Amino acid sequence: MILLDRVTKKYSRSEGEALHRITLNVEPKEFVIVIGQSGAGKTTLLRLLTCEERPTSGKIIVGGIDYDKLKDKDIPMLRRKIGVVFQDFKLLPNKTVFENVAFALEVVGASKREIKQTVPKVLSIVNLKGKENSMPRELSGGESQRVAIARAVVRQPRILIADEPTGNLDPKHAWDVIKVLEKINRYGTTVLLTTHNQEIVNKLKRRVVTIQAGSITSDRTKAGYKS
Amino acid sequence: MRRHLRSLGRIFETGVINFIRNIGLSVAAMSVMFVTLTIVLLSFVANVAFTNTIAQITNQIGISVFLKDSDTPAQTNTLLAEVKRLPNVKSIQYLNKTQALAQYEQQNTANKQLANAVDVLSNPIPATIIINPVNLNKIQDIKNFLVEPNVAALQSDSPTYSGEREVAINKITHATNILREVGILSIVIFTIISVLIIFNTIQMAIFNRRDEIKIMRLLGASTAYIRGPFVVESALYGLFSGTLSTFIIYGAFKGASSSLQASSLGLLNISYAANYFDNHFLLSLAAMVMLGILLGAGSSFIATIRYLKFKTK
Repeated sequence: MILLDRVTKKYSRSEGEALHRITLNVEPKEFVIVIGQSGAGKTTLLRLLTCEERPTSGKIIVGGIDYDKLKDKDIPMLRRKIGVVFQDFKLLPNKTVFENVAFALEVVGASKREIKQTVPKVLSIVNLKGKENSMPRELSGGESQRVAIARAVVRQPRILIADEPTGNLDPKHAWDVIKVLEKINRYGTTVLLTTHNQEIVNKLKRRVVTIQAGSITSDRTKAGYKS
Repeated sequence: MRRHLRSLGRIFETGVINFIRNIGLSVAAMSVMFVTLTIVLLSFVANVAFTNTIAQITNQIGISVFLKDSDTPAQTNTLLAEVKRLPNVKSIQYLNKTQALAQYEQQNTANKQLANAVDVLSNPIPATIIINPVNLNKIQDIKNFLVEPNVAALQSDSPTYSGEREVAINKITHATNILREVGILSIVIFTIISVLIIFNTIQMAIFNRRDEIKIMRLLGASTAYIRGPFVVESALYGLFSGTLSTFIIYGAFKGASSSLQASSLGLLNISYAANYFDNHFLLSLAAMVMLGILLGAGSSFIATIRYLKFKTK
């Protein structure tokens, strides 16, 4: 589902490598946690997957799409196939909760009827029933993150990337968000989660990839270390 | 096709909603746009009124040809026909002795001594042909014609374009040309300044919402789908500002022409400007609205470019 082959990313000539010859293969329906300290390269890895950045060298293939062959005009199409949850939520400030989630469907040309049917269902999955008309500024951190998750999954993507979605949340809300991600994974979506919350890593008991200074230092499955 | 139409509808709907939700920003942008569009319209109307005033002044300047009392009607008619055929002649007016006297008396009502002197004599004012040239700077061909021996023989006195009056005509002509050029130049300068101010205002408004654009990008929205609502929103600024500035200027000229005692302020003929607006109101409104919409939509189109770029390599 996700394949990175000896991917290196260097932001400028004067700086060092943010990622160094990363190789990673994620199978369909897998739940993978990427851990590492701040500045280790987790966010760079996810930004490469969403095509916010291009690799300096190496190959990336996601859902059968080879990024080397991807033109600028095709990037929106790629992003429509991947659901992304950001640490800072990235909600549209001038849109209500309903409109934020609906926006993801609008960009793919969904009809009004389809939007009216789908959005409430997804909002109830993330326990936000009754908050449809609230503006983002009226929501708590946990609620905002659940809106972001609802927006990421409303198109039923085959891949969901979550960049430290619990980073700005208290433990209770953080765990609520993780439970939603687990639920989505059970429906068949491949989830790639980055975090530095050791408690979440321990409780989830999923495959864990550790990044340090831009390199993968361990890749551990539920059954033990893979490499 | 249906999907494209649906997207187009959503772009317009979102543009209108954003305009209302960002009303503070909308009012600020519209205020700047209103002031600049008003300046453009005002300078345009002022230029039209100046041009009219200048045309009125120059129309009053003519070459007076004084005929002999002994000229026969046939000679006069032949001369009139020949003058009319000259290339630089816009119009001619023939005044017989009685009409010329009446005009003389009218022009000298303030000077009783002159009027009395004329009364004593038996109409000493000759029949007169008043020639209005097309171009005051090119009256040499008319001059040449009037000094031809057979034409000069019909005249009782030299035509009154010579001496100080010619110098005055030349000065007026020169001044009118300068005023016209200054008027056109001021419109061009004001328009350029307005475009820059409006562009910067909209750029600032979009700069404040750059994160929104980036988020939409990350969610897979196409360039047109992100840019569209911004263009619609800015076009609405233009629509309202253009309409408001036209109505305000129209109201100001209308009010000034009806309430002020004088019909003009210096060279600016207020009555003429108000009449001009009456006759061209819809055209002015359409032009200002179109200008506002084009400036708004164009500015936001350009301002969004930098936030919509992808990082390629």
